[in-house]
Amino acid sequence: MKQFFAFVKKEFYHISRDKRTMLILLGMPVVQILIFGFAINMEVQNIRVAIYEPQADVYTQDIRARVEANPYFIPQATPHSIHEVNEMLRKGEIDIALVFPNDFHNSLVNGGAAQVQIIADSSDPNIGTISTNYLRAIIGEQQMEWMELQQIPYHIDVTSKLHYNPEMRSAYTFVPGIMGLVLMIICAIMTSISIVREKEMGTMEVLLASPLNSTTILLSKTIPYLALSFINLATILVLSVFVLKVPIVGNLFLLLFISVLFIFLSLSLGLLISTVAQTQVVAMLISGIGLMMPVLILSGMIFPINNMPNFLQWFSALVPARWYIIAVKKVMIQGLGFMAVAKEIGIMIAMIVVIVTLSIRNIKTRLE
Amino acid sequence: MKTLKYLVEKEFKQIWRNPMIPKMIVFYPILVLLIFPWAINFEVKNIKVNIVDQSRSTYSQRLTNKIDASAYFILNDITDSYESSMKDMENDRCDIILVIPPSFDEHLVKEQKADISIVANAVNTTQGLLGSNYLTEIINDFASDLRYEIKPILKVQQAQSLEIVPRYRYNETLDYKTFMLPAFIVLMITLICGILPSLNVVLEKEIGTIHQMNTTPVTKFNFILAKVIPYWIIGIIILTISIFMVWIIYGLFPSGSIIALYLASVIFIVGVTALGIVISNYSDTLQQSMFVVLFFILIIILLSGMFTPVSSMPVWAQTIAYVNPLTHFIEIMRLIYLKANTIADLLPQMGILIAFAVVFNGWAVLSYKKSN
Amino acid sequence: MKQNIIIDVAGLTKKFGNFTAVDNISFQVKEGEIFGFLGANGAGKTTAMQMLIGLTKKTSGQATVAGYDIHTQSEKIKKNIGYMSQKFSLYEDLKVWENIRLFGGIYGMKDKDIAEKTDQLLNRLDFEGKRNTLVKSLPLGWKQKLAFSVAIFHSPKIVFLDEPTGGVDPATRRQFWEMIYQAAEDNITVFATTHYMDEAEYCDRVSIMVDGRIDALDTPAQLKAEYKAADMDEVFRKLARKAERD
Repeated sequence: MKQFFAFVKKEFYHISRDKRTMLILLGMPVVQILIFGFAINMEVQNIRVAIYEPQADVYTQDIRARVEANPYFIPQATPHSIHEVNEMLRKGEIDIALVFPNDFHNSLVNGGAAQVQIIADSSDPNIGTISTNYLRAIIGEQQMEWMELQQIPYHIDVTSKLHYNPEMRSAYTFVPGIMGLVLMIICAIMTSISIVREKEMGTMEVLLASPLNSTTILLSKTIPYLALSFINLATILVLSVFVLKVPIVGNLFLLLFISVLFIFLSLSLGLLISTVAQTQVVAMLISGIGLMMPVLILSGMIFPINNMPNFLQWFSALVPARWYIIAVKKVMIQGLGFMAVAKEIGIMIAMIVVIVTLSIRNIKTRLE
Repeated sequence: MKTLKYLVEKEFKQIWRNPMIPKMIVFYPILVLLIFPWAINFEVKNIKVNIVDQSRSTYSQRLTNKIDASAYFILNDITDSYESSMKDMENDRCDIILVIPPSFDEHLVKEQKADISIVANAVNTTQGLLGSNYLTEIINDFASDLRYEIKPILKVQQAQSLEIVPRYRYNETLDYKTFMLPAFIVLMITLICGILPSLNVVLEKEIGTIHQMNTTPVTKFNFILAKVIPYWIIGIIILTISIFMVWIIYGLFPSGSIIALYLASVIFIVGVTALGIVISNYSDTLQQSMFVVLFFILIIILLSGMFTPVSSMPVWAQTIAYVNPLTHFIEIMRLIYLKANTIADLLPQMGILIAFAVVFNGWAVLSYKKSN
Repeated sequence: MKQNIIIDVAGLTKKFGNFTAVDNISFQVKEGEIFGFLGANGAGKTTAMQMLIGLTKKTSGQATVAGYDIHTQSEKIKKNIGYMSQKFSLYEDLKVWENIRLFGGIYGMKDKDIAEKTDQLLNRLDFEGKRNTLVKSLPLGWKQKLAFSVAIFHSPKIVFLDEPTGGVDPATRRQFWEMIYQAAEDNITVFATTHYMDEAEYCDRVSIMVDGRIDALDTPAQLKAEYKAADMDEVFRKLARKAERD
């Protein structure tokens, strides 16, 4: 046991000497929280719109006034021809255009039906469809207003309630994701690299020749990262509560429990990578490029898993961060109890068992 | 200049003999382009809905059918109990709950006006908001169906029927993959041409061969140039494989100038490689270099408009996005792929990329120290 | 035979913060000489050598190598020297011939000359069969012989060797010193650090560093006489007793 602590101390010493890495490791969660909490936003805002009304009348002006008053839209210069509208779109000066036909007033009042065209730049389908929907809704509201003035029957009043996140803050969506990303990167990359580094430098053989068994040595190497991860976890939680104002609705201990579980999972993943990679560069490419992309894209932190095709949903089930992020959302934001996250906890434990078993088998075969 | 040949030769041989890198250059783009574009989709569909039908009437049944028929929604459960639906929401079995009150039918018939409420899970903001918007739309539709059905004559009398015709340009099928594919090419080039060089110089420091190099008359300029040239070529190979893959798999080919596309890519690759070298020059260990480069790359990716629109960022973040070369490179790629832009259209963005490349290459040469 | 001074050091000092690694050393090395630069670990010999070859900047003092000032003309010095370091200095992931070609090319040799000299070298070392072997799969002794051959491949005026024989067996070390003698006969000045005292006997002259200073400098025979010692090891132990650093 004494030797074990000596090894742990040695690892701590190694890490604390490298000031720049320490700075990055401790600063990474802070910067990420700031970026995700304040800069990254899925909401479509500041939509640049142009309205073309060849013959302005009360109706078109009602609609124009409503669009221009809407905070999501930024009205641009009024085009004077449909050609001008198209040019503005191609040059990227506007995101969307509302185009009234020539005989709008006539067809609406006398013909009883009129058309209005929305032309959206849908290079980004998200912006394209959402801004189209906003515009539709605004026109719809205007219609309702016209109707209400005339006492339209069969009207259904809809009250919507946005549960768990009434102010629609995207921080609620992202905080669990940042926790998953940061913990995974730090634990898996650091562990794998520090072990492979010893392999590459030849110092691993010295350690392995010591009276301690190999598993204990590897374990001692992971402890400093475990400690660092706890600091990061604390940083993220404190920042989310006090800076991003994302409250911890559920049980703090349950949240800590699943986080510790995920940290163990990430560490064991790092361990597994270290048993496969022969050089630091390879370990970094696997853990850096290989892990970052799936966590960023397939864990559900930014992109909803429900929208993925089936084969990717299965694939994402293999991404450990996915289960952690779901569990954090449930406990931290929805305030659910243990039973609600039992499945996620079970999956994470199973993953740890499989990964650790694989790593130990790999270490044994390598030593024999 | 003659020594450059020997140095470049050496770098190529070393890269070629790395157990991972050559495979990665070929298979990484293929794998990424096969898998990841499918994952990115903000289009909200398959929203699981619970209907708490306390009315159990013809009208509520019709509304239920209408929702069921919609492509956006999947009917999870029809129940009387609000509580059991909330449980479903907690367990992710449903995303949105529609509550039809007991008096729905009665009110509609007698007062021609009824109330209805929606509860959406907004942990994921976009999904929550869009879900409730779509549901509201369906309900409004349902209401106007009733109107026309019962009093068809109203249609003419009201004279307020306004048909909205949406037209989508540049990506008519609203396929998110079309928008993301150019960004993925950029992402791969950034990761590979940024990370690999950042591990290069520092690796020679760790092994000790850098000492040997530093005692030779090799100039800083030649040394750095030999380090970056292979990654320029790797970048161009990745770009070419990617363009080809995107064309074969997704049928998407740049609609604008392919020369402009290559030109912008080469400038960007030259710049981002130098960024990697700069980080490597300042690092003492591989581990340090890797963390610094990951840290910066993660930031420039997140603040580039690759995944989320720059226009929705606050002003300070938009400022960072503006000086971020990745923002401009992604914009160029999307403009060329989707909006048929030419070199002339892209001069401002190209200018920023050139400035980026010049600054970082200069820095890369200057920050390399032959002695300490 | 009158010999030219090829390394001239006067009052050279290197400080890292408060720590004086090299403390005001002065000495001269003559052309064609085998100069042993001795000292315990941490005595400052590697730092002193690194200043001479331009890897580290001096704090104060003067020195010229091959007639060039180490401060202002270090790139010119680099054209005239070879270097082989304590840490193994060839590229492990390159083949034997590729390493030779790389360093030949760096020093401005022509492809044709490189090819010819490579054949001669591999022949002389009896390495012909290893031409296409990756350096990492060579035994340590072979690697070091190869590293030395590469360091003098471009016929430098001076070759600097930093602990060249660390970790190899006595037989290989003897072969290695034969190569050093051969180089000296070809009029290459040899400047070598070592902590094997038996190797000191092979040198024309040795200097012994203690705590950053040069405490003794002479031929091995003179030093032994001066310190009344049976061998260099004893000379060294007598001097090292004064050391305050550990």
